[in-house]
Amino acid sequence: MSSENSTLVKLNNAGFKQNDKWLVEGVSLTVKKGKIVTLIGPNGSGKSTTAKIALGIYKNIEGSVEKYTNKVGYVPQKISIDWTLPLRVYDFMLLTENIKEEAIDEALTLTGVIHLKNKNLGNLSGGEFQRVLIARAISKKPELLVLDEPVQGVDYTGEIALYELIKRISDTLNCGILLISHDLHTVMTATDHVVCLNGHVCCSGSPMDVAKNNEYKTLFGEQASQILSVYEHKHDHVHSDKGEIKKN
Amino acid sequence: MFDDFFIRALIAGLGIALVTGPLGCFVVWRRLSYFGDTLAHSALLGVTLAYSFELNIALSVFIISSLIALILIQLQKKTNLPGDALLGLLAHSSLAVGLVVIGFLTFIRFDIMGLLFGDILAVTTDDLIIIWTGGAVILLVLKLIWKPLFASTVNYELAEAEGLNPDRAKAIFTILMAAVIAISIKMVGLLLITGMLIIPAAMARNISDSPQKMVLFSIIGGLLSVLLGLFSSLEFNTSSGPSIIMASLILFILSLLNIKQSIKLKN
Repeated sequence: MSSENSTLVKLNNAGFKQNDKWLVEGVSLTVKKGKIVTLIGPNGSGKSTTAKIALGIYKNIEGSVEKYTNKVGYVPQKISIDWTLPLRVYDFMLLTENIKEEAIDEALTLTGVIHLKNKNLGNLSGGEFQRVLIARAISKKPELLVLDEPVQGVDYTGEIALYELIKRISDTLNCGILLISHDLHTVMTATDHVVCLNGHVCCSGSPMDVAKNNEYKTLFGEQASQILSVYEHKHDHVHSDKGEIKKN
Repeated sequence: MFDDFFIRALIAGLGIALVTGPLGCFVVWRRLSYFGDTLAHSALLGVTLAYSFELNIALSVFIISSLIALILIQLQKKTNLPGDALLGLLAHSSLAVGLVVIGFLTFIRFDIMGLLFGDILAVTTDDLIIIWTGGAVILLVLKLIWKPLFASTVNYELAEAEGLNPDRAKAIFTILMAAVIAISIKMVGLLLITGMLIIPAAMARNISDSPQKMVLFSIIGGLLSVLLGLFSSLEFNTSSGPSIIMASLILFILSLLNIKQSIKLKN
């Protein structure tokens, strides 16, 4: 199958144990070029851990990870930077790769923070910093983007624009994206594949399949069924009933 | 105009300052000043071994300091003790062992003050070769590992995730620390080497807004400290190490005066 060539990272029954406690186990997923795979699940369900397994940050894991690219852009959920370093946004953009000035400017413009280019990183607000993190990750034109709650702390209009940007990047760069998000609406409309985690994979599949899954409904309750209706509405252009949509 | 020994000391000191400048920045950024102290204290053991077995001092110090660094990494993995306790344990026990061994070496004339605080009279032509070639190698290696080392200093997980191999860079940096201590011990003395690493870098931090500037100012600060320190050492007949460190302290105090201005520039 030609799809094998487009695989960027593949987790086979992967898990990670810390202090004799499983953070996550039995996760299998594949991120391919041009596809967005989203991890959802409650707090502590192992979303970030799964991302770190995929990135190779955690060693000594159970199962296996096959990574087929080294061009990776990562937006971590939490980042602690030591301010003993004098670091401008510009220096931060060059952190892991020497990219061209134009590429830096382009990425900062796309995320709306070009005016902060020469500011000290320590003086940014949470939302501004988040935009810089996204700009840094996309500026190196990665093949694989791992975004762990990338829009946290960003204002509402910015949030929508950034998700649109992420979707566009996935199309234009043809890169694979592993996204962690709490925004079920985004997940259900912009994602190719959803993995619902709760310490293990509780269900996975297309957004539609997952939205119909009972375990998913138990985990997300009321909100989930609302999203389902949003989803159905959006794609209900042939006036079919639920059964027929499932075939799509 | 100057005596040969003083010219040698100048060349040696300037060579050391070129290396301690950039390395010192990483010591400040990565909070390794006690780690530097520990390696420096263990250097005494290296010196005594050099005298006992007639080895080259720099080589012997390099081997012992690297060994202590390795032991530290192992202890960190295998015990639950906090890092600073392990550092203290290694620093003082290696210092104690070194002093006890000196006690046994009664057949050798030992200039303990020179060892602790540096001695410009002790710098030979051979030392110059060691300092400059050793220094060049250290700087070259540092340049090679700069990207992963700096990226992991900012954030380990980003560096690891984006394929920079920060663990290897950290291990290599540890060896560079041992090497810089080895080449500067005769000149600065083992009690004050960490000062030579930290103070110019701290001074540079006060007046820099980017990592590159901080490295540059740290090197300049180190060079000025060596010049000022050595001339005053000659003038007032003081030990070279303390004189150099005092000069760097004066530069640090001057940099504090400049802080207000640089904060204004940032905003």
